[in-house]
Amino acid sequence: MTTIIQMKDVNKWFGDFQVLKDINLEVGEKQKIVVCGPSGSGKSTLIRCINRLEEHQKGQIIVDGNELSEKTKDIEKIRAEVGMVFQQFNLFPHLSILDNCTLAPIWVKKTPKKKAEELAMKQLEQVQIADQAAKFPGQLSGGQQQRAALARALCMEPKIMLFDEPTSALDPEMIKEVLDAMVNLAKAGMTMIVVTHEMGFAKEVADEVVFMDEGMIVERAKTKDFFANPKNERTKLFLSQIL
Amino acid sequence: MININILKPNRDNFKVYLYIGALLIFLSIFDVFLRSFFNLNFASFLPDFVNFLLPLLLGLAGLQMIRLEYSGVKTVDIINKSVNNNIFNAGLTLLIIFITLLALPPSLNWMIFDANISGDSKEACSSIEGACWTYIKIWFRRFMYGMYPNEFHWRINLAFIILISFAFVGFFAKGKYKNYLTFYYAIAYPIIAFLIIYFLISGGSFGLEWVETNAWGGLSLTFIVSFFGLIFCFPLGMILALGRRSELPVIRYISIGYIEFWRGVPLITVLFMSSVMFPMFLPADAFVDKLVRVIVAIILFEAAYVAEVIRGGLQALPRGQYDAAKSLGMGYWKMQIFVILPQALKLVIPGIANTFLALVKDTPLIFVVGLSEVVGMLQMAKTNPKWLGYAMEGYIFASILFWVICYAMSRYSQHLELKYKTDR
Repeated sequence: MTTIIQMKDVNKWFGDFQVLKDINLEVGEKQKIVVCGPSGSGKSTLIRCINRLEEHQKGQIIVDGNELSEKTKDIEKIRAEVGMVFQQFNLFPHLSILDNCTLAPIWVKKTPKKKAEELAMKQLEQVQIADQAAKFPGQLSGGQQQRAALARALCMEPKIMLFDEPTSALDPEMIKEVLDAMVNLAKAGMTMIVVTHEMGFAKEVADEVVFMDEGMIVERAKTKDFFANPKNERTKLFLSQIL
Repeated sequence: MININILKPNRDNFKVYLYIGALLIFLSIFDVFLRSFFNLNFASFLPDFVNFLLPLLLGLAGLQMIRLEYSGVKTVDIINKSVNNNIFNAGLTLLIIFITLLALPPSLNWMIFDANISGDSKEACSSIEGACWTYIKIWFRRFMYGMYPNEFHWRINLAFIILISFAFVGFFAKGKYKNYLTFYYAIAYPIIAFLIIYFLISGGSFGLEWVETNAWGGLSLTFIVSFFGLIFCFPLGMILALGRRSELPVIRYISIGYIEFWRGVPLITVLFMSSVMFPMFLPADAFVDKLVRVIVAIILFEAAYVAEVIRGGLQALPRGQYDAAKSLGMGYWKMQIFVILPQALKLVIPGIANTFLALVKDTPLIFVVGLSEVVGMLQMAKTNPKWLGYAMEGYIFASILFWVICYAMSRYSQHLELKYKTDR
């Protein structure tokens, strides 16, 4: 299996506060990894470092053969290959759903408008909101917005998808529709790193689960082992609280 | 059995309260109406003090009688809720109605019935008590065109007609031409406007006689100054706003310095310096037209205000919008142009409209450098020895002009707000 993301001794501070402590993580192509842990443990910061929405201060992050650092030119090119779905959807409220999906392909990848629209409709079809394409984000429900955000990220045809608590801002009855879309994506063979508290999703989809606490990776294990016999005390405690 | 307690209306007999109350209110307003319009006082037999307060007392009693929550009559409910919810507001409502009624006849008399507009010289106004609109009529061309020679006024008219028709190009653009509209309005249109004004109003070529900018004036100058002020201070303000939020310290500090400097000085000094001090720094043979200097000064000044308004909009956007744009691979400019600015500008339409209105109303200040737009011409006409004593008419005329212009701009900004509203 080829490694697509490699993090070596990554450290990050917000002022005096150290958010990430010596993170070592390797993700292979087509691997699906779920990152969990108590809030404030640095999970979101970890995946935001992968597309450099946050800058790490020490260590090495290599994404698809490119090292991320201040010297990295064309960080946009790397970001275009790494899709991201956010907790708050972050759709562009001034554009229709279709325009949300075609904006980046047209202006970043220089796809012809017509082709971009075809692709966008295909992706919207995949997440079952093709009929909402002409509407504005404000007119959609939370679950629909999150699926639109997923479609928007996929329109860039990324190699890696990052999910930052994609269901945390949703009402319970909408969580399933988003998770279903993510499961379909996983089955299609996407490389995924998912920060989530949805353990059901983790059991169904993830190859491996990473447990983080206080900025450190406490435990990393195959999904089955992780839930069946967690090794670390903190992991056990966390799992007993969440399951 | 009907139980009427004036101070405590109740629902059971509401009809009775309503009729008596309405009658009392009618009497009170009718009394003031008669006093104001026909100088009649049907209660003059009462002692002076009571007579004077009678309408107020009647009105308050009437409003008291109809003040009941959920009366069931829609109009009464609206009145009660909005102007009659307690005795203090009822009193204020009545006073406002009374003052309007009392002020109406004298102002109508002055403005219309006793006024003169048909005359063609000052003598027509000598015998009348009302407004002398003849004065406005005779000076009209000066108020519109300043000291621009009478025989060339068609050039200004034609220039403005062309400018306005070019502004409407956007309505007719269809299909793929729509993509070029932003370019057209942001870059091409200002250049076209400048060329038209330069060749047509300024003249000096194509057989048109040269008219120097000192002679320009009146409302047309107001338009020219406001027009260039508006279209250039906006992009400059936008760049400054982005600059102030830039991560590059040099750009950020230059922007902050610029904004704080221009916001700190009064416009009148800026205009004065542009006209008096600036030429001293130029080489002896260099010459920049006074009007151009003034317009540039206004643009630089107002851009600082526009920048701060736009910065307010930029700061109102959640960080998630930046994250999303970046995560899709957009660079700084693509992110600003397609994601951030469209949303931020939409948010600040009211603030921008505010700044633009202030700009239009600041244009009279250019009189300090000897340019006379419409208010400046008014000052000139007012102090003309032949036409002393008609300042009031002039200022009313100017107020109406400015009000119409500003109100139109205000309505347009509201239209834009609605047009770009996508959250519902």
